[in-house]
Amino acid sequence: MSVLASIDLNTLGDAFGLGAIYALMAVGIGLVFGVLRLVNFAYGQLIMAGAYTLAYTTSWPVTASIVACFAVVVALSLAMDRLVFRPLRSSSPAVMLVTTFAVSFLLQAVALIIDLRDGTLGEVASAVAPLNQAITVGGVDIRKVTFVAVGVALGALVALALVLARTTIGLHTRAAASDFRTARLLGVRANRVIGFAVVVSGLLAGAVAVLLTVQNPFVQPAFALEDTIVVLVGVVVGGIDRLWTATLGGFAIGFVSVLVNAALPTDQTIFLPSVVYALVIVVLLLRPAGLFAWGRRAAMERV
Amino acid sequence: MPEAAALELDEVEVRYGSVSAVRNLSLRVGKAEIVGLIGPNGAGKSTTLHAVMGLLPAHRGEIRLHGQPLRRRSAESIARAGIALVPEGRRIFGDFTVEENLRLGLAARRKGYMGDPLAPAFELFPVLREFRRRPAGALSGGQQQQLAIGRALVSRPDILLLDEPSLGLAPLAVDGIFKAFTEIREVGTTILLVEQRAQRTVALASRTHVLVGGELRMTLGPADAEDTEKIIAAYLAS
Repeated sequence: MSVLASIDLNTLGDAFGLGAIYALMAVGIGLVFGVLRLVNFAYGQLIMAGAYTLAYTTSWPVTASIVACFAVVVALSLAMDRLVFRPLRSSSPAVMLVTTFAVSFLLQAVALIIDLRDGTLGEVASAVAPLNQAITVGGVDIRKVTFVAVGVALGALVALALVLARTTIGLHTRAAASDFRTARLLGVRANRVIGFAVVVSGLLAGAVAVLLTVQNPFVQPAFALEDTIVVLVGVVVGGIDRLWTATLGGFAIGFVSVLVNAALPTDQTIFLPSVVYALVIVVLLLRPAGLFAWGRRAAMERV
Repeated sequence: MPEAAALELDEVEVRYGSVSAVRNLSLRVGKAEIVGLIGPNGAGKSTTLHAVMGLLPAHRGEIRLHGQPLRRRSAESIARAGIALVPEGRRIFGDFTVEENLRLGLAARRKGYMGDPLAPAFELFPVLREFRRRPAGALSGGQQQQLAIGRALVSRPDILLLDEPSLGLAPLAVDGIFKAFTEIREVGTTILLVEQRAQRTVALASRTHVLVGGELRMTLGPADAEDTEKIIAAYLAS
């Protein structure tokens, strides 16, 4: 089988790396969807803003540059909620989705204006690039960022799971995601829960900005745009109304993308999206409630 | 000046679009009193509770808690002001444990309480303590209703609004929750009870108002509980 033969350990390492990054994005998108019933198409532009921050602070110490990236992304995430989502909270899902498209294009246009001040398109974030070097483990070259990505993803997911399971704000967030009207009836503060989801989602976008910039230090206005579209598809495939199925969906589509890319002949990689989306269609035909939605619940949600 | 009622509705009108579901409704619920609200389906009983809770705006009139108007306040802020609603259909979180459901009730609790915060629920319904680690969805209907009432009680409300709590319960479970209402009143909590079980409600409450077609038609006292014909006549009055 030529497909299996093309999958070596390097490829597998890259697959886990991209899967981990996409899983983080899926959590960020899924968490906000849970409490606001809003698919935030502009999530990629939060990441793009973080990447630009890394590029413009590339002369700073790396730690300061990364802190600045997180600060900008979280601030932008909160601003997006306050200025755009909150006034539209009672609108239909379609209105909110289209609005996030508008926000996405607006932020790309703003990035373009800022970027073009020096007369060239794109900025380079070189300070974080050393993480992209390969280290050799048992004869296999694996990029350092792969370990960092998988470590950050696992750490973030475990931390978030603990917060959701053990703390009051976590309980309130889960309740709001399950039945917002009843949660408010019980005195759960809607703005506090939404603020929590927006901040955590921003922190995750900040982490993804760092990880993606390490792999691709050339930052442009369309940075992370394609990744966001792929992750949104993965989230739907996994099952968007539960955080963990959405996360698995994000991981799966990142993982599979790398494998398909490696399996395709070098001059045919232009067909990568076609192959991935064909797989998505097959999955949705077989399991319309989501790849990871099992049993009674899956049956109920389809009604 | 008489003392302000715990809960007071003053010529309240609630509308769905151009249709008025409740008209010119005035009623008072005194402290530690049980007041019943009965009437046929669509009479506006649930609508009244939703208006008190801030889930629906009052088109006209005023709703006051301890004499203070509740106008334009959100459900979450009214919950934290001391009114708890046990909604129709219970609305428990089936995937969460019994204890997590009860802890959600603490979101509306005001400051200054000591000891086990879930005690008000566990003392009234010991079965909730026993099953605290189970998923709420695995409880029986009667136990789920106890959980919904317990969840409201842990917020230490001044006023408990109950929307058809006996709906769909077995007779024994109905006995259990009606007995609980008496105990809840004894600790000083005010109750506004919306029910379909007219006779039991009339027997329990200090006053029971009959709501028909969005308007208050008649007020019955405990002495009327045995007068089946009078209750039926109140329902049919038009």
